[in-house]
Amino acid sequence: MAVQKEAHSIKQLDLIANDIRKDIIKMLEHAGSGHSAGPLDLADIFTALYFDILKHNPKKPLWSERDILLLSNGHCAPVLYAAMAHSGYFDRKELNTLRKYGSRLQGHPERLKLPGLENTSGPLGSGLSQACGMSLAMRMNMEQQKRWIYCVMGDGELNEGNIWEAVMLASKYKLYNIIGIIDRNNIQIDGSTEDVMPLEDLKAKWESFGWHVQEIDGHNIESVIDACSMARAITEKPSVIIAHTIPGKGVPFMEYDFHWHGIPPNSDQAKEALRKLRTLDGKIRSGDE
Amino acid sequence: MSRFSIRLKKDHIEQSNVNNLSNPTLSQEIGTSDIEMEPNRKGFGRALVAVGETNENVVALCADLTGSVMMDGFAKAYPDRFVEIGVAEQNLITVSSGMAAMGKIPYCASYAAFAPGRCWEQFKTTCALNNQPVKLIGGHAGLYTGPDGATHQMLEDIAIMRAMPNVVVLAPCDSKEAEKATIAMSEDDRPTYMRMTREPIPVITTDSTPFEIGKAQIFNEGTDVSIVATGTMTYHALIAAQKLAKDGISAEVIHCATVKPLDNQAILKSVKKTNAIVTVEEAQIIGGLGGAVAELLSENYPVPLRRVGVKDKYGESGAPEELLRAYGLTDTHIMLAVHEVINK
Repeated sequence: MAVQKEAHSIKQLDLIANDIRKDIIKMLEHAGSGHSAGPLDLADIFTALYFDILKHNPKKPLWSERDILLLSNGHCAPVLYAAMAHSGYFDRKELNTLRKYGSRLQGHPERLKLPGLENTSGPLGSGLSQACGMSLAMRMNMEQQKRWIYCVMGDGELNEGNIWEAVMLASKYKLYNIIGIIDRNNIQIDGSTEDVMPLEDLKAKWESFGWHVQEIDGHNIESVIDACSMARAITEKPSVIIAHTIPGKGVPFMEYDFHWHGIPPNSDQAKEALRKLRTLDGKIRSGDE
Repeated sequence: MSRFSIRLKKDHIEQSNVNNLSNPTLSQEIGTSDIEMEPNRKGFGRALVAVGETNENVVALCADLTGSVMMDGFAKAYPDRFVEIGVAEQNLITVSSGMAAMGKIPYCASYAAFAPGRCWEQFKTTCALNNQPVKLIGGHAGLYTGPDGATHQMLEDIAIMRAMPNVVVLAPCDSKEAEKATIAMSEDDRPTYMRMTREPIPVITTDSTPFEIGKAQIFNEGTDVSIVATGTMTYHALIAAQKLAKDGISAEVIHCATVKPLDNQAILKSVKKTNAIVTVEEAQIIGGLGGAVAELLSENYPVPLRRVGVKDKYGESGAPEELLRAYGLTDTHIMLAVHEVINK
């Protein structure tokens, strides 16, 4: 069963990303808790994934030929849910149930709660290993060349030893249908990543473990799409894309500020954030016309 | 073949078993020096090759202990379905979870001290919460690990795995039962933990001894006291029962190969008859089988209870038999506990 993908222009994708940001703000304000910075900065990457890169069918989440998207840093769930709702997995109204009792949108994603979720995450560091397990299973099923596994990780998450266990294993078994995407926003809860536990030289680290590494602007949707195409062309080793992002992207008073890692906006802040995002809408629309 | 002749004799004398135990399916050599000895991990290894043959979704993963946990047979027979993970127990579990998400039935193994010891959270988040059919085999558990000392003598595995919803916790009493458990878990969708022992231990069951996940087996019927045992200690409980019989005490021995879900009905039925109970395990009684039985009975049918097991202490180096004596895990200790509960 082939899925006819609706082709979107980059401008259309930028607008979708902005809509996803607006929904993230509304969801978080409504929930009264949750993480702001990461989900906002991942909006462009998730838009690129759900509206261009992934082979998937929102109406048939268990389609056997689908690509897999794993969110390893589960606290960024709001962007995942918003992208899923926008692409048709469920009604956008349900986004308001985030973190509420009885909701399918758990504070951190739970695989069995919502069709379309491929993993359960929250405790950090286990997504890439699950990608490895899936890739090994696909190899045994002779489908490694047909399906891609995208694993989105946070940069602070790379402190976890479990990640590096997976990095070694994927390299050993040449799990080339894994494409890691690191949200390199340079913040974690206690401050800057380079203060808490330095990651640099991050590119050299992954390369020395035998991975193909690309560094891109994680807010340039075209770059995200191109980098994933390039990664799919590399079949001798696994690939990782270090996507440089601005934490809180799109909401000026949140941008670059690590304090927004784990808190939601209050109603005044949400109003202001939505006003800024609406202005951004106008800029995107008028941008290249 | 002396064993064969004993079998014939057993058939001839019908009800009266040579081993003085009521369950006719058990080895007749229990209590004799003729009893066959084998590590239960050997039974696991044999059965894993067998399930690999019948179910092509079965895969095996190991953290650099393939020979020790006896996964080498599978690795040799099905190299394409075996994954060497290296010394990385967190990865062992999370890679297994990914394979299970793609329809595989992963058997993953390390020493119990390392898995689940080092990767409890990974098992919870990626296997148990997702209800994935990941089968974790914890080798070299308990005091039987002897000379390696406290770091390697996993005594808390039953407690930590039992605390996790969805998870089946198994502690087979011998290699035959480990074989049956390994096959049974391949047909069970639940995440499962099975503890294994390094040392050769008496083979007390036979091919005809029933095994079912979640069902306790009455290994000896009795009326004066219920002895509920699991894993390696079931043998010692049977020896205690044989000795108690000589003193005129009729002990019912209930073997719980499945510690979770516990066979509540079998235990309650037994204590309603005996009104006294002793639990026996080669693990911490806090949270172990002893803890489980105490929880069950205190809420449903309180009777005098003693828990034989490791009592909030770490192990140490020594020969297994020495350690069992030092930590109070022998048939003599079981008998003492029985006397305490029946005299209460």
